[in-house]
Amino acid sequence: MSWYTKTPDNKVSKKKTLWVRCKDCQNFVWQHEWTTNHNVCPICNYHDSLDAWQRIALLFDEGSFEEMFAGIYPVNSLDFNDLKGSYTDKIEENRKKTRLNEAVVTGVGFIHGIKVSAAIMDFRFLGGSLGSGTGEKIFQASLVALERRIPLIILSASGGARMQEGVLSLMQMAKTCAGIARLNQKNIPVISILANPTTGGVTASYAMMGDVHIAEPGAVIGFAGRRVIEQTIGEKLPKAFQTAEFLVEHGFVDCIVERKDLRDFLGKILSFYNRKHHQ
Amino acid sequence: MGNSRNVPENKIAMIQNNSSLSPWEIVKISRHPSRPVFQDYLELLFEQFIELHGDRYYGDDRALIGGFAQLGGKKGMLIGQNKGKNTEDQIIRNFAMAKPEGYRKALRLMKLAQRFQLPVVVFIDTPGAFPGLEAEERGQAESIARNITEMAALQVPIVAVVIGEGGSGGALGVGVGDRILMLSRAIYSVISPEGCASILWRDAAFAPDAAQALNLTADALKRLGVIDRIIQEPGEGAHTDYIAIAMAVKEAVLETIEELEKITTEQLMEQRFLKYAAMGKFGVE
Repeated sequence: MSWYTKTPDNKVSKKKTLWVRCKDCQNFVWQHEWTTNHNVCPICNYHDSLDAWQRIALLFDEGSFEEMFAGIYPVNSLDFNDLKGSYTDKIEENRKKTRLNEAVVTGVGFIHGIKVSAAIMDFRFLGGSLGSGTGEKIFQASLVALERRIPLIILSASGGARMQEGVLSLMQMAKTCAGIARLNQKNIPVISILANPTTGGVTASYAMMGDVHIAEPGAVIGFAGRRVIEQTIGEKLPKAFQTAEFLVEHGFVDCIVERKDLRDFLGKILSFYNRKHHQ
Repeated sequence: MGNSRNVPENKIAMIQNNSSLSPWEIVKISRHPSRPVFQDYLELLFEQFIELHGDRYYGDDRALIGGFAQLGGKKGMLIGQNKGKNTEDQIIRNFAMAKPEGYRKALRLMKLAQRFQLPVVVFIDTPGAFPGLEAEERGQAESIARNITEMAALQVPIVAVVIGEGGSGGALGVGVGDRILMLSRAIYSVISPEGCASILWRDAAFAPDAAQALNLTADALKRLGVIDRIIQEPGEGAHTDYIAIAMAVKEAVLETIEELEKITTEQLMEQRFLKYAAMGKFGVE
């Protein structure tokens, strides 16, 4: 879970606004081209991260997304302090930096005219980690889907459970899955979109509990960290290990969909959902 | 301990004994080489055990075992993470680090318990789910996720007992119970103190600090509402008196099952849902 302490290694060139350097192929790309391509490298197709609101703009029918549970924010309930200081300060810093209150944005909206409940994670907020507030929002989003009988869409981008909330974070895996279990009982579909990265406790809970799993190309998806596995087996892992493509090959992801096609693809899948059945 | 004058003296001794240990000392006791493991409880307590093997998909994981069992005349489904008693056994048991086939076997047995209308008792003691290449290939994350989801809706009582190490998702993958019992020197954590220290302190040597920060002891977790009951260990720890701790575990498990069997299946399901719905602490603006 080293994503946590690493300062984002910002490969934007010195001329800041003009060029972006791709983290994968290292090529320089004209900033405007990069952003109009939704932060996807036009040369190597590397899917760089997007924040939650950029993803919402990309996925939902224009102006249709209504945010819910926006007021939920993390608290330092364990009085957690590490080498770099207090978790309280980290929360404040991240809230200021991202203008979000938690690592996920939840609400309802339309995708190609079909209403869904959604939870869209944001990796910028404490590495997209799953804490109590994150878990509560995702759980609430599942209850909205349950009450309104609309599909639940969860987009994950997370390093896993949030260490600074200890076992309370771990319990969010059980909490979010308890919500999904209710949706399963009522035959309300859950679509899980796995973005880069989706690892640890998030993969081992709701991200792997979709009825349909869609991954972004090249996304790292796994349970244990690469370094931990390398230490366990005593050898280097191939580059393609724990990628979206690796998961398709092993039967854990249904399809890999490029970012620019994601909204239409979701629309198509949702069009197969026979809503009459639920009315 | 403001009102300690009202507490019987032996209780004071117990409380002081526990709180005088640092979280790191408790971590060390929870991993003590002679600490009783699942195998010991199995041999000391259960009148019957019919081990059932395999997940029906891939293989039989010996890190996580289970089967029909009888405790104090009470029949149930027993599942346990088994660290092993000696080096050879520990290797066979993979140090209780289960692979996807282990979690899938556990789920199969829980469904079987539902079919037979038996309570499920789970003994938790693992450093974590196995972090290996094949485990990832076979869907370690998916197997844990599925167990957690299915346990939330299982229609029989589930009692989990943390007897040693409750290692993160590896523990939770069989740990979604109606009641979580925990030995007084067991630990339950989102990440090992060493792992946490190497990330947040950039040095595993800070594990004692991480252990303090993580609130991984039974006392702390009871306070946080994560566990329901602490089973007091004898003397310096469970390893000093196998019989005493085994009897204490038996009593606690039987009392808990009895309590859970008093309510209807609907109430049980609703209470479990509400228990997990209430997990966590956050603010609302």
